[in-house]
Amino acid sequence: MSSKSVVLRILDVVAILLLAASTYLALFFAPTEAQMGQVQRVFYFHVATAWVGMLGFMAATLAGVIYLITKNLKWDTVAMSAVEISLVFFFITIVLGSIWARPIWNTWWTWDPRLTTAAITELIYIAYFMLRQAVDDPERRARFSAVYALLFGPSVPLTFYAIRMYRTIHPVVVGSGQADTLPLTAEMKIAFFFALFAFTVIFVDLFWNRIRLGRLQQQVEQLRLSASD
Amino acid sequence: MFFQEPPPDTSSYMIAGYAVAFTVMAIYILSYVIRWRNLTRDLEVLDRLRKKTPAR
Repeated sequence: MSSKSVVLRILDVVAILLLAASTYLALFFAPTEAQMGQVQRVFYFHVATAWVGMLGFMAATLAGVIYLITKNLKWDTVAMSAVEISLVFFFITIVLGSIWARPIWNTWWTWDPRLTTAAITELIYIAYFMLRQAVDDPERRARFSAVYALLFGPSVPLTFYAIRMYRTIHPVVVGSGQADTLPLTAEMKIAFFFALFAFTVIFVDLFWNRIRLGRLQQQVEQLRLSASD
Repeated sequence: MFFQEPPPDTSSYMIAGYAVAFTVMAIYILSYVIRWRNLTRDLEVLDRLRKKTPAR
């Protein structure tokens, strides 16, 4: 396996710096929200991790489609890497949302359309890995995974639009044009958009690293197979 | 305006939120490093075995 490229090393450092800067902006730069208090600060990471979580799930669907067309196993590695990272970020989103909900809604969890669709999406992609574990042959595994990602990909836009389609208590932050949009001051907007940018870069960095790990995994699998022949 | 109440103290929830976010990210990165190290070790062993075994 070739050693890490200079660009990826630089990206690793940039990702760490952006995470630090985003944390600073969220915790110290943005003002305290008047009604919710300090807990509102989890909103910056909550939305940013949700964004990259959804981005990765959609990337997995796209990679699945490309695999079905090209039959090239590298696209299976790309899809699996995207799902793995997105699962981590989406888990953070759900936990942060629950922590925010406790003092604001007076409950850790409620079966609101957004929360329900988000939980279902997370479970769907956990099942994606269970499916992969059940199939040994790499080509069959890749085909099944691609079809699965394609079939359940719509759960992501459904989660995104759940707060726009159904009656919900979850605030609408982006593009609602309604009165219930979360009011943000100029400093809050800076912290919010910076977090979105920072987590996008962090996602790209982790994604690249995870694809390298996937390729190494494939190499080891091939050597194992040839050793056992 | 003069009688506006101060925001409620919800700082413990904020700390818990950020603690969870950083812990989960740290665990994921640690798992990545461990998997990379194990696979590199496996690759070395398999490579050595391949070189030792005469070609059939």
